Amino acid sequence: MNTKPIIHTKHLTKIYKTGVVETVALSDVSFQINKGEFVAIMGPSGSGKSTLMHILGALDLPTSGEYLLDGELVSKLTDEELADIRNRKIGFIFQAYNLLPRTTAMQNVMLPMRYAGVPKEVRQGKAKKFLELVGLGNRLEHTSNQLSGGQQQRVAIARALVMDPAILLADEPTGNIASAQADEIMGLFQKLNDDGHTVVMITHEQDIASHAKRIIHVKDGVIIEDTANHKQNINTLSKK
Amino acid sequence: MDLLELFFESLGTLTLNKTRTGLAVLGIVIGIGSVIALVSLGQATQQSIQSRIESLGSNLLTIQPGSTNQGGVRGAQGGRTTLTYDDAKAIQTSSSITTVSKISPEFSRRTQVTTGGSNTNTQIIGSTPVYLEVHKVTMSAGNFITARDVETMAKVAVLGPQVVTDLFGEGTDPIGKQIRAGGQSLRVIGVTESKGGSGFMNQDDMIFVPLTIAQKQLFGVNYLSSIALEAKSAEVMTNAQNEVGYFLLSRHKLNDPTQADFSIMSQQDILNTATSTTGTFTTLLSGIAAISLLVGGIGIMNIMLVTVTERTREIGLRKALGAKKKIIVTQFLLESIILTFTGGIIGVILGIISSYFISRLTSSPFVISLPSILLAFVVSAGIGIVFGWYPAQKASNLQPIEALRYE
Repeated sequence: MNTKPIIHTKHLTKIYKTGVVETVALSDVSFQINKGEFVAIMGPSGSGKSTLMHILGALDLPTSGEYLLDGELVSKLTDEELADIRNRKIGFIFQAYNLLPRTTAMQNVMLPMRYAGVPKEVRQGKAKKFLELVGLGNRLEHTSNQLSGGQQQRVAIARALVMDPAILLADEPTGNIASAQADEIMGLFQKLNDDGHTVVMITHEQDIASHAKRIIHVKDGVIIEDTANHKQNINTLSKK
Repeated sequence: MDLLELFFESLGTLTLNKTRTGLAVLGIVIGIGSVIALVSLGQATQQSIQSRIESLGSNLLTIQPGSTNQGGVRGAQGGRTTLTYDDAKAIQTSSSITTVSKISPEFSRRTQVTTGGSNTNTQIIGSTPVYLEVHKVTMSAGNFITARDVETMAKVAVLGPQVVTDLFGEGTDPIGKQIRAGGQSLRVIGVTESKGGSGFMNQDDMIFVPLTIAQKQLFGVNYLSSIALEAKSAEVMTNAQNEVGYFLLSRHKLNDPTQADFSIMSQQDILNTATSTTGTFTTLLSGIAAISLLVGGIGIMNIMLVTVTERTREIGLRKALGAKKKIIVTQFLLESIILTFTGGIIGVILGIISSYFISRLTSSPFVISLPSILLAFVVSAGIGIVFGWYPAQKASNLQPIEALRYE
């Protein structure tokens, strides 16, 4: 197994200030995630799991501590460099899909490539390829409001994949989706992980988390448990 | 990502949200259009009034004989017979009068004029060639009275266009034809251009004859009904009034100005009153225009703030996908520029069209003021761009997650 760390956090702390009240969302969190892992971060609401996810996705900065993503010290980057990191290294999948409204699936998937300056012809080819990969080859020109929740989330996954990021981060990816479609989405994540993608996902549902190979439990801003999910590991081994 | 592509994306975003875009454009159109129309209305009115007064001659002074005052009974102004052709000639040749450039001695009286079967009652003006310049009369056909006509007492007449219509019918060429007035037969030698005047001095309803003919042949008098003077410039009007006044007083052997047997009126007095009236009017309209510009500006400000703020989440998403701050700000700036320029151009066109219709409806001149167009455009476009840019700039400074969470 390849053990090169993709994510390496050292003493991450995040404190929110609302007036004079300080809320500690994360307190001294240190862990590593290696290439090829499929990790679920679990915890009740208010546990700090979302905050952790946002810091991992470079959408927010920690108050103190260090975060290394694929060898780069994210917590010290400028705004411009952060944009670049988000563009090239991270594929973020939101609970609310966050597609551009009234915009076609193709255009949504092409957006990150436009920000990276990929030429138009290459963009179209890649967007089509990834939409086919998530099973939407026949929905290329549908706008977001013409797609079901599950289909929108698959567009979002295609969008996250299209820049070939070092890591896929999913924030409650099935939270807004009916359970039948949720299973398809989870199947897709497992397939992507089998293909070598590193996947980190947050969820509060045990059965969703059970698709991952490693489960990190967060509570009150600290990691209380970090265990391998033996059932999945056995599944993977038996497949091989 | 190059600018052209960003431009087309902005254009695409704007066409996606037709209502939002339409409202923003409408705000700008009304802001700019109303200012242009109002300013143009004000200026058209001012020009129209001024040009009407100036058509009478702007540097004009008129000397009229004073009223008769016999046995304590005061008669009508101009009733006296104290003003003569010699007075006019003396003013002309006097070395002490330096501010007067032209002197037009005139004798006018209404009388019946006939030709063939038709007749009319009109104003006969006995005049000299100078009349043409002093009263800004132009000829539409033939010639005006010459100095030689005055000297030789030629029996000629120049008709106003209204008289031509009354005597010969519209569109007839009367030159060479004969008319009869005051027992004399006169040959028509010219027709004046229509000045479109109306009321107390309809300048189209007049017949001009040599001064000598009017005095001696038609009416048998030796005095003048008025002397029109043209001052060298508008600035020396008061000087001219004084110079001529004192000159005539001494010529008429009067010491006390209150005993003067004549009065001098200035066209400038009328013009001043009119200018100050229209000036007030223009100021009023400019005030209304300024208010509509302000209201329009607030409308633009409002809609830009709302549309950009409502898209804070979109800005967060774009940042999460790797958009650099510069790209986001540029995109929103482009959207604002496209919006304000589209609205601005439509507003200018509508403003000009409505000014045109206002001028048609009020039959005033069609005036478009370039400064007002520029001011309205710059203010509206400036507000639109600043308030499109500012919230976008603010939102793009947020951490992406804060922008995404924005409600």
